[in-house]
Amino acid sequence: MPRRIVIGIRGIGHRVIDSVWRLGYAARFFSLILLKSGTSMRRFGLIIRELYFTGVLTMVIILVSGLFVGMVLGLQGYETLQKFGAETAVGTLVALSLVRELGPVVAGLLFASRAGSAITAEIGLMKATEQLEAMGMMAVDPIARVVAPRFWAGVISMPLLAAMFSAMGVFGGYLVAVVLIGVDEGSFWSQMQSVVDFRFDIVNGIIKTCVFGVAITAIAVFEGYNAPPTAEGVSGATTRTVVTSALVILGLDFVLTSFMFRGVG
Amino acid sequence: MQRAKMDLWVGLFVIAGIGALLILALQVGNLGTYSEDKSYTLVGNFENIGGLKIRSPVKSAGVVVGRVMDIQFSAKTFDAVVTMNIDDRYQFPKDTFASILTSGLLGAQYVGLAAGGDEGMLKSGDKIMKTNSALVLEEMIGQFLFDKASEDDEGDSDKF
Repeated sequence: MPRRIVIGIRGIGHRVIDSVWRLGYAARFFSLILLKSGTSMRRFGLIIRELYFTGVLTMVIILVSGLFVGMVLGLQGYETLQKFGAETAVGTLVALSLVRELGPVVAGLLFASRAGSAITAEIGLMKATEQLEAMGMMAVDPIARVVAPRFWAGVISMPLLAAMFSAMGVFGGYLVAVVLIGVDEGSFWSQMQSVVDFRFDIVNGIIKTCVFGVAITAIAVFEGYNAPPTAEGVSGATTRTVVTSALVILGLDFVLTSFMFRGVG
Repeated sequence: MQRAKMDLWVGLFVIAGIGALLILALQVGNLGTYSEDKSYTLVGNFENIGGLKIRSPVKSAGVVVGRVMDIQFSAKTFDAVVTMNIDDRYQFPKDTFASILTSGLLGAQYVGLAAGGDEGMLKSGDKIMKTNSALVLEEMIGQFLFDKASEDDEGDSDKF
């Protein structure tokens, strides 16, 4: 019996040390990316190639889901607001919830599952097939050549994608509320414009998306680079990327919101 | 995929993203009517500001002329010091009356400015001397009950 307890305590200790070790390794890896991104900035073609894969190919899913999220918000907002005779405030509701919260968070979740998982699988497979080692042999730094361009492409495309998501969502809300249901168009836009503030709502939303972009792509490239070089290892790393990114996005969103929207509005 | 075609798509992607940001700023937000740098500040001391918040509008004749920038409690005079940013286009006389009003029955509170007849205009940093506090519901009800009770007392004394 005491032996079993000792083993259990050892197991806990091992896990704690292991996760602290992983965190330190991830931090070192992150600073290494930043240090070596100068090289990849000089070869901007590499970043453009990755922008195509992370940005352009994610655009379709972002635009379609943005449209539907906005339409659902318009419909549900109208249902509740018309009970109080305030159905013209549906524009404000759609725009504020998209620009402040839903745009960054949902676009971030979609981006993590569409682009983040692809980045992890690609880098993990490169490692499993020893392409990264081969690059090292040829005196090409794999972090500067493979990891940094993917990181920067993700950081650049995330705010743009979230902005498209929010704009499309507002359009979807307009479509449902004004075109379909028949809320007055003038008050729909003017109430929205009088409440949504450029500095406090839109700029804060953009800051959020930039933070999410850095977090998602850092997790994705780290998991890929750190994946065990087997088929199982790569699949596990891909799953971990999506799960960890989703948790980090939601956690960071709470932290950022509590800093940004405290005591205003 | 060809190099040039990829560049074209990335270019379109960046244009679409920046376009979405511009739509958000101009159509959804209030950047079109954004003129914070061309404004001057006025200060007003209020006995009670009720539910007034930072960024609440300052209106005159129903038109938004500025925003509340800062609210502090003064430990010297024991009242609230409200700093307002007023658009440069609008100048107000020295004897302007500032009161805290409510838009609608349950609406947000705002500062209402009623212009006086003085020749001189308020300058940046000036203090508005005539202010009127917010109406607090509890005080109003308390006042009403007090009046009612004293009326009843008078009624009773008439009987005897």
